[in-house]
Amino acid sequence: MASIMFILFSAMIIVFSILTVTSRKILRAAVYLLFVLVSTSGLYFMLNYQFLAAVQLTLYAGGIVVLIIFSILLTSHISQKFESSGWKKNIFSAIAAMTGAILSIITILDYTFSATTEAAKEVNMRLIGKSLLSVDYDGYVLPFEVISVLLLAAMVAAIVVAKKGAPKTIGLPKLNQE
Amino acid sequence: MNSGIPIQYFLILATIMFFAGVYGFLTRRNLITILMSVELILNSVNINFLAFNRYLYPHKLEGMFFSLFIIAVAASEAAVAIAIIINIYRRFTTINVEDVNELKF
Amino acid sequence: MINFSYTIWIPLLPFLMFLLLGLAGHKLKPKLSGLFGTGGLGIITVLSYITAFKYFFTSEKVDGAYQKITALNFTWLQFTDKLHIDLGVLLDPISVMMLVVISTVSFMVHIYSLGYMKDEKGFERFFAFLSLFSFSMLGLVLATNIFQMYIFWELVGVSSFILIGFYYQKPSAVRASKKAFIVTRFADLGFLIGILILSFNTKTFDFITLTNPTGSAITQGGGIAFLGLSVMTWSMIFVFMGGVGKSAMFPFHIWLPDAMEGPTPVSALIHAATMVVAGVYLVARMFPIYALSAPVALKVVAYVGAFSSLFAAVIACTQTDIKRVLAYSTMSQIGYMMLALGVAGYGGHEGLGYMASMFHLFTHAMFKALLFLGAGAIIHAVHSNYMTEMGGLRKYLPVTHITFLIACLTIAGIPPLSGFFSKDEILAAAFHSNKILFAVEYAVAGLTAFYMFRLYFSIFWGKETQYHHTPHEAPATMTVPLIILAIGCIITGFIPFNKLVTSDGKILESEIEMMIAIPSVLIGLLGIGIAYIMYKKESAIPEKLAVTFKYSYKWVYNKFYIDELYLFVTKKIIFRFISEPVAWFDRHVVDATMNAIANVTQNVSFRIRGFQSGQLQKYAFIFITGAIMLAILFIYLWK
Repeated sequence: MASIMFILFSAMIIVFSILTVTSRKILRAAVYLLFVLVSTSGLYFMLNYQFLAAVQLTLYAGGIVVLIIFSILLTSHISQKFESSGWKKNIFSAIAAMTGAILSIITILDYTFSATTEAAKEVNMRLIGKSLLSVDYDGYVLPFEVISVLLLAAMVAAIVVAKKGAPKTIGLPKLNQE
Repeated sequence: MNSGIPIQYFLILATIMFFAGVYGFLTRRNLITILMSVELILNSVNINFLAFNRYLYPHKLEGMFFSLFIIAVAASEAAVAIAIIINIYRRFTTINVEDVNELKF
Repeated sequence: MINFSYTIWIPLLPFLMFLLLGLAGHKLKPKLSGLFGTGGLGIITVLSYITAFKYFFTSEKVDGAYQKITALNFTWLQFTDKLHIDLGVLLDPISVMMLVVISTVSFMVHIYSLGYMKDEKGFERFFAFLSLFSFSMLGLVLATNIFQMYIFWELVGVSSFILIGFYYQKPSAVRASKKAFIVTRFADLGFLIGILILSFNTKTFDFITLTNPTGSAITQGGGIAFLGLSVMTWSMIFVFMGGVGKSAMFPFHIWLPDAMEGPTPVSALIHAATMVVAGVYLVARMFPIYALSAPVALKVVAYVGAFSSLFAAVIACTQTDIKRVLAYSTMSQIGYMMLALGVAGYGGHEGLGYMASMFHLFTHAMFKALLFLGAGAIIHAVHSNYMTEMGGLRKYLPVTHITFLIACLTIAGIPPLSGFFSKDEILAAAFHSNKILFAVEYAVAGLTAFYMFRLYFSIFWGKETQYHHTPHEAPATMTVPLIILAIGCIITGFIPFNKLVTSDGKILESEIEMMIAIPSVLIGLLGIGIAYIMYKKESAIPEKLAVTFKYSYKWVYNKFYIDELYLFVTKKIIFRFISEPVAWFDRHVVDATMNAIANVTQNVSFRIRGFQSGQLQKYAFIFITGAIMLAILFIYLWK
């Protein structure tokens, strides 16, 4: 059962990842990305990280992908097709990516992983909440706070950057209008 | 809980996803698709973290929390990146990465 | 001991004026800045007179001799314990006398310039530079050591350069200023070499130590060095070279006539009364060394002076530009002073020449300044420099006429004007020392009278010329200095120089020797008479003479082709055989190396510019490829 699920999820992830990066229609690419993210959250469920899977679904699938789709709608026509980039670029990038992938896979297969023998910890919401706010060993309050500040900063930055620009933007050189 | 699937499978899956993201990053011209490629890369890293955590150190939660933080960082990064993309679009009326090659402005 | 420390203000005040006018002059009204400059000089004049009075009449004498007083001295540049350059104020008879000369003439010229330069562009600039010149010249005469003198020597050179080129839009003025600067600079190189040899030998720059007649600097001659002359002689010849350049003696005289391109007040101040006598002053300052330690060098001084005075007097007879005539006359008169120094000895009756030279310097400053200022007034009225275009001006310019006549009589040596006394002393000194030099000077005295009255008659008498508009007398700012200087010409002859300024500071007994005075007056009158016949009325005699002695006339008229000779030497020989190869080397080797470096850099950067394309994905591609390469390297190849 578990292996079937895994094969299904991994097949979806591989196929849709490749489709995401090769699709000529941008909106489709976004939807393929959504499929990849959802499949990934399935993998998280398989690994017994339910909380993280839920976060993945809500944040990625629900938040980021929607954001991306909005921005696509703002900047492109839905039916717009990309002109294919130069074959030279594609070939070289593919070679680089393939080489890297093969290299990594060979390395992974060569390596012997050794697990600890200690008992596994039950991951439940209570533990996660306590760990996030704990200052003890195993506590994550510092990264938690850092991340919260980062989120605030990102929010402010996003507003400032995307805000309608000052009049000085007028008259700047327009590059390659298409 | 080990489901009998070897850890290598997860890692290979993550590798393929990662390099698919790299390929997209290198070839796509639209800034938004580049952003999507980056999301793919981040996700593959997340899978790696969780697999390692579950298979090698099940008594700890580092991998899980790191994934959590990476998701948070990815969310902020997407927000800022999209803001920048929109700004660029407003200025240059294009989001083709090859046309946005001036460091100033 | 009287406190003379206030004398520091004498050079300092014009410097402050220079700073004020130079930095803020354009904000002041031109008239105000002119008044500032003139007022500053007025104060200096008063201070100088007070100093002179105090020095000559109230300061203590030792053994009946005036003492050299270091009023102020401080170390400016300390290199080692022994080697240091000082700045200070030295008072002795000649420096105090020069103070009076410079401040008087400078003050007169300032007042005169208020009228002469009125409505000129750069009025305040002119006054700023006049102040700079006054500062440098006063610093020069008050120098306590030879290095300070050298510094101010160069400063006067610079201010002379600036003021000759005052009309910097006129190419001839620019050329003249460059010529003056380069020629005197070249001579100053000799001066510097002389200073270095001298101070290396004597281990001091200080004038008082150097010129102490019983000091080590003089008693130890430095031994035989080169061509059978002592080190001291050579150093003094080199020092004299600087004086030759600044005083426009032969062979460095070529810059002085051209320097007349500057405004006339400048010619009066710098190129007649003060700066050009700096060479004489220099020799006088170093006189004990010349007289006691380097007599050969002193002979050189005498012969150079005599030759220059004759040479210049001959040329002056043929020139038609009135300022050039005066320039050659200046050169001739300075030759007189040099000669007088050259025939003098140290102390006693031998020192007559020294006293005569200083006396002549003093009187010459008065009458030559007067002549130039008068010439300025004439040019101002007629708008021409050429006496061929003048004539009959006595009716239009009465004040100028009278003062000019007084000056001409003075320079011709007619008693009881001052020129008579000083010239007579010089002739007497020459007579007692060297009969040949005396004969030369005697002839020059006649020539001087002739060319001055040639000038006078052709300007104020001669043919009646029609002018475009009626010449009119200059304004009071210009005539008052003329009158004051004319009075100066009349009375300065009676100053008892033999009691005040002598080589050893003691009183020198001298009287007018009738055996010399009467013939010198007679030859002066002879010169005047010839000029009267030739130029009083329009006559054909000058033309005839010029035709008769066609070739020699042409030769003299072109100043013996000295300028052409210099041009030949510099252009045809130095430029072609030294400068051009050097320039070639500079252009093709030094510059080429630099250009090659620049070109290589440029080409390389042009070639590798493509890497920095701004294409994000190219960077990413290179980064990822590099990372993979590194991974392969470390995992598989670096086992």
